Amino acid sequence: MTTTKQNPPHHTLTLTVNGENHSFVLGEGTHEVSPSHTLAHTLRERLGLTGTKISCDHGACGCCTVLMDGKAVLSCLLLTVECAGKEITTIEGLGDPVAGTIDPLQQSFIDHTAFQCGFCTPGIIMSAKALLKVTPSPNRIEVKEALAGNFCRCNSHYHVLDAVMAVAKKGEHQ
Amino acid sequence: MTDYRFIGKSTPRKDALDIVTGRTKFINDLTIPNMLYGKVLRSPLPHALIKSIDTTEALRLPGVKAVLTYQNAPEWMAGFPLHVRILDNKVRYVGDEVALVAAETEDIGEEALGLIKVEYEPLPAVYDVEEAMQPDAPQLYEQFPGNLLPRERRMFGPQTLQEVVFGDVDQGFAEADFIIEGTCAYENIPNPLPPEPPGVIASWEGTDNLTVWSASQGPHMFKVTLQRRMGATNMQSIGSPVGASYGSKYMSWQYVLPASALAKAAGRPVKLCYGKTEHLAAFTVRLGSRIHGKVGMKKDGTVTALSGDWLLNTGAFSEITQGMVAVGCGEAQLMIRCPNWDLKPKMACTNRTASGQVRGFGGQELKCALTPILTMGLEKAGIDPVDFFKKNYVKPGEGYYWRDGNWWVCNGIDYTAAMEKGAETFGWQEKWQGWLKPTSVKGAKRRGVGVGVHGNADVGEDISEAFVRLDSNGTATIYSGLAEHGTGQRSNICKMVAEILQLPLERVSVTPADSRVNPFEIGPVGSRGTYAIGSAVIAAAEDAKKQLFELMAAKLNVKPEDLKTEDGTVFVKGQTGTRLPWIKGMGYDRTLMGHGRFEPDFTLPNFMMIFTEVEVDTETGKVDLIRVVGATDVGQVIDPPSLTNQLNGCLGSAGIDSALFEETVFDTRLGRIMNPNMIDYKWRTFAELPEMEHVIHETPFPSHRFHAIGVGEITPSPGPSAVLMAVSNAIGVRMADYPLTPDKVLSALGKTVNAERRGR
Repeated sequence: MTTTKQNPPHHTLTLTVNGENHSFVLGEGTHEVSPSHTLAHTLRERLGLTGTKISCDHGACGCCTVLMDGKAVLSCLLLTVECAGKEITTIEGLGDPVAGTIDPLQQSFIDHTAFQCGFCTPGIIMSAKALLKVTPSPNRIEVKEALAGNFCRCNSHYHVLDAVMAVAKKGEHQ
Repeated sequence: MTDYRFIGKSTPRKDALDIVTGRTKFINDLTIPNMLYGKVLRSPLPHALIKSIDTTEALRLPGVKAVLTYQNAPEWMAGFPLHVRILDNKVRYVGDEVALVAAETEDIGEEALGLIKVEYEPLPAVYDVEEAMQPDAPQLYEQFPGNLLPRERRMFGPQTLQEVVFGDVDQGFAEADFIIEGTCAYENIPNPLPPEPPGVIASWEGTDNLTVWSASQGPHMFKVTLQRRMGATNMQSIGSPVGASYGSKYMSWQYVLPASALAKAAGRPVKLCYGKTEHLAAFTVRLGSRIHGKVGMKKDGTVTALSGDWLLNTGAFSEITQGMVAVGCGEAQLMIRCPNWDLKPKMACTNRTASGQVRGFGGQELKCALTPILTMGLEKAGIDPVDFFKKNYVKPGEGYYWRDGNWWVCNGIDYTAAMEKGAETFGWQEKWQGWLKPTSVKGAKRRGVGVGVHGNADVGEDISEAFVRLDSNGTATIYSGLAEHGTGQRSNICKMVAEILQLPLERVSVTPADSRVNPFEIGPVGSRGTYAIGSAVIAAAEDAKKQLFELMAAKLNVKPEDLKTEDGTVFVKGQTGTRLPWIKGMGYDRTLMGHGRFEPDFTLPNFMMIFTEVEVDTETGKVDLIRVVGATDVGQVIDPPSLTNQLNGCLGSAGIDSALFEETVFDTRLGRIMNPNMIDYKWRTFAELPEMEHVIHETPFPSHRFHAIGVGEITPSPGPSAVLMAVSNAIGVRMADYPLTPDKVLSALGKTVNAERRGR
């Protein structure tokens, strides 16, 4: 009797990002996801979702903020393997890519020029999005508190606050 | 005032959609096929010789493609004058480059760094600028005896300004009613700290074709300054959007040379992006600035003489210190009207991370140290600082030696009206109670106010060139080497061209900042974007329009000067009913190319005044910035939200907050930076914003057809000394030690045992 030689079972990981499922093989190979990889790294280097920025890689600046099950999280402090089965939304997942429309929050950032260099902007928008999901009509202080973990060095803060408040007031947020 | 279609109107930034959707590709978002990752092994010692270095094990690690040390690295040199070897057998600061690795992944590269065996012979180190000048001090470079950098006589021409010496100071001091002497230092070497760490990708094709993609405020200058040094004859420098720079990512060979060397050694493209620790601990910070100054003053506040030693600590190497000294020396004269000067800079190297260009470029470093000495005199004379600045700030017809060593006469405007409006908006008269007197006291909380002023004559510095191409379908393309570094300048030059050609904004675009495509461009530095870059672009658009009208005039049987253009059509003035589209004159098979060039003009100083109100908690020592009012005059606003963004930028990027809490904490026992991460390096959050208001005047300048000048670079510079003044007034004790952390405030109030603060 002959035995069939079988490959060792792959450990795989499924991530849901912006509504799409992605399966990864776990391992240390060049195209695998290592248990040591952060979510930020996987989003950027495996999925090409470079809208999520890495600045401090240390949980101090908020540039890598994404939504996990609707809550703002720092993707540089999460291991990818921790995110299996979670719904991840990145900046690329806002708006409706099929219809080609953007989120009212994004439009408000455009209308208020609520950025300068724009590096920290995706993270700020994701933090603001998470706030508005829970608190659709925040006051200015609540917005400040919600964005207190987002580093902006160009000092676009004032325009950002105007942009978020404009959307909040209009009640365009669900 | 002219009512323009685009100029002065709020229009969305051209790159806005890409930014808010995350589609903007910053340098670390780019990948090139077959690309390797570069990593840097950095020195753990502040000063040492490398006795031996063994890379055998690192090279054996699968995935490692090249390892460079001083033994096999190219002899490329950098610094001003050339003194830094890309890899040397001597390290001069904790973080200095010891070896470079190129590997298939970042993880492999990191692992390889750990496999390199280095044996060091430690050398004594020196960190203080004056200790470094002592005869027995450790010497960093053989070619710089006494650790002194030579004065530079070429950077800005044969007479590059390296001191302010004119008049007769002896006579000036003799005429003075009183003389103030003092020392003040701005040496907390804050990090401009843009969110995006420095990064580059380099790729060689053959031995002389080098392509460099980088985050740089002046990508074209890499080609100009680095090409020959690296043995390339055909370097293509492509600038990506810059995740902010604040001056720091300008001619930064610190990352370009290593990546290019690795790419050459490995025969493959190499990406080298710093991590945040490297960014904070091994990338350039502000210059250390200390002044031993002497000021002669009349009872009415007239300055009769100013002398002193301006001591500059460049750290382990000098990026462009001499240039910063030149500009700082010029800027001192814009602020203080004084007939007798003897201000002599001395620049020394020390064993800490190097200083380089930062927004404020020498002038901020100088003012932050000089203003507190000057104000000791105002305190003695009982002069209101706003009155002093109004009287002293350069006015039309007054002259100054600028960076090229030539005497220039101000052809700009009088800023008195902006100062007065700023003071009124701030409520200066009501809040100012005199020197060392608080504005209000409420229990343990004491409020105080302070003011600062800054300006440069660099809005018209250096050369810019641009082309504007018209296509027959009614579109215009600007050829400019301008990279977007956050100010919206790429958008603003589109507005200028759209205004001249009366084209919808969406029909005007700019080429990528690619040196193979575009003409010469030094970059948007020194607030020169609006005037210098704008002038080149405007001239190119006018030239293209002239060519268009010559073609169209023949079709309409009129003279070119009778024509106007709008929305891609041409018509005879006054006859808007009959319009010909551009294609009728140009044909489908022709493009028109207009050329523009800007020549330097140092006659238009810009201006920024910052008023600050602080609240000091005398129980905890904490200082809160309550309110900031900025006052300026820009001639003509190009884009209102971009301007307010720039003015709001006075807080961060090593600006106002460098007087409050920002500092690079240095441990002089180990030579190490103690806070090279964004938790320990303090910064301002959304929850801690002061009230912010700006007075923006628009008095037309004789600059270009929109009569505008730039102000963005200088907005942080008047702030730190204004905060020092405000805190001093709040607590009634003169403070001169940046930043004013709670320990220093409590110590000034006599509430702590005055333990010597270690570090720096």
